[in-house]
Amino acid sequence: MQSKCDNEMTLEILSKSNNEAFARVAVAAFSASLDPTIEEIADIKTAVSEAVTNCIIHGYEGEIGVIKINCKIDKRKIIIEISDTGKGIENVDIAKEPLYTTKADLERSGMGFTIMESFMDELKVESILGLGTKVTMTKTIK
Amino acid sequence: MNVNYDEEDKLLTFKITEEIDHHWSEKIRRQIDDEIERRIPKKVIFDFDKVSFMDSAGIGMLIGRYKVTKMLGGNIEMINVKTNIKKILEMSGIPKIIKIS
Repeated sequence: MQSKCDNEMTLEILSKSNNEAFARVAVAAFSASLDPTIEEIADIKTAVSEAVTNCIIHGYEGEIGVIKINCKIDKRKIIIEISDTGKGIENVDIAKEPLYTTKADLERSGMGFTIMESFMDELKVESILGLGTKVTMTKTIK
Repeated sequence: MNVNYDEEDKLLTFKITEEIDHHWSEKIRRQIDDEIERRIPKKVIFDFDKVSFMDSAGIGMLIGRYKVTKMLGGNIEMINVKTNIKKILEMSGIPKIIKIS
C-alpha cells in the first residue's frame, strides 16, 4: 500500500448482497476520523451502497466475483474507489442518465449514478467491456 | 418488519425496521405484495420511523408497491420519513405519486 495520503484501507468482498450493509458501514467507520456530520456520513453510506450494488447486479449479474473497495484520506478529503472485474458498461454516459436502467425487471430505479453524483463531490466512472468497472468518488468533509 | 391490518378502514400498515437496500428489498417485496393482494387495502402505509437508511433500491421497491396497490384500487402513503431519506425520495420524484408526511 502506498502512503502518499494520510490514511488508506482496502477491502475485498464477495459480490453477495448481504455484504452491501457491511461495505457501507466499513467505509463510514473509516471516514469517521474526519469527524463528518451525520448528514455527510449518510451521503457516503448511500453512495457506497449504490456502487457496491451496481457491482453485484450489473458487474457480476448475480454470479460471485470480488469487489474491491479502496479508501484514502487526504487532508479533509475522502477518496473511495469501488471496482469489479465483471462485464463492464457499454456506454457510461447513457448508464449515468437519471432513470436509465437495464434491470427494470428487478425493480431497479436507474437512480444509482445520479445519487452517487449528487451525494459526493466528484464521480468518475471508468469501464471496459468484458474487463470491469471502476467508480471513483471523492468528498471533502467540511 | 411488522404488518398491521385495520379491517374497518381497510388500512394496511408496514412498519419497516430494517435498512432498505437491494439485499432487503429482494427478500421482502414478495411478502409485501402477498399482503397487499390478500387484503386489497384502500390505503397502504409505510411507516419509516425505524428506517435509518435507504438507497435507490428503496425507490424501486416503493414504485413497485405503488403499481400493485394502484392496480387494486388503493393508494400509498409514507409516514415518519427522516430527512436523509426524503432527499432521495425527492430526487426520484416519488412525492408526485406517494404522499409523504
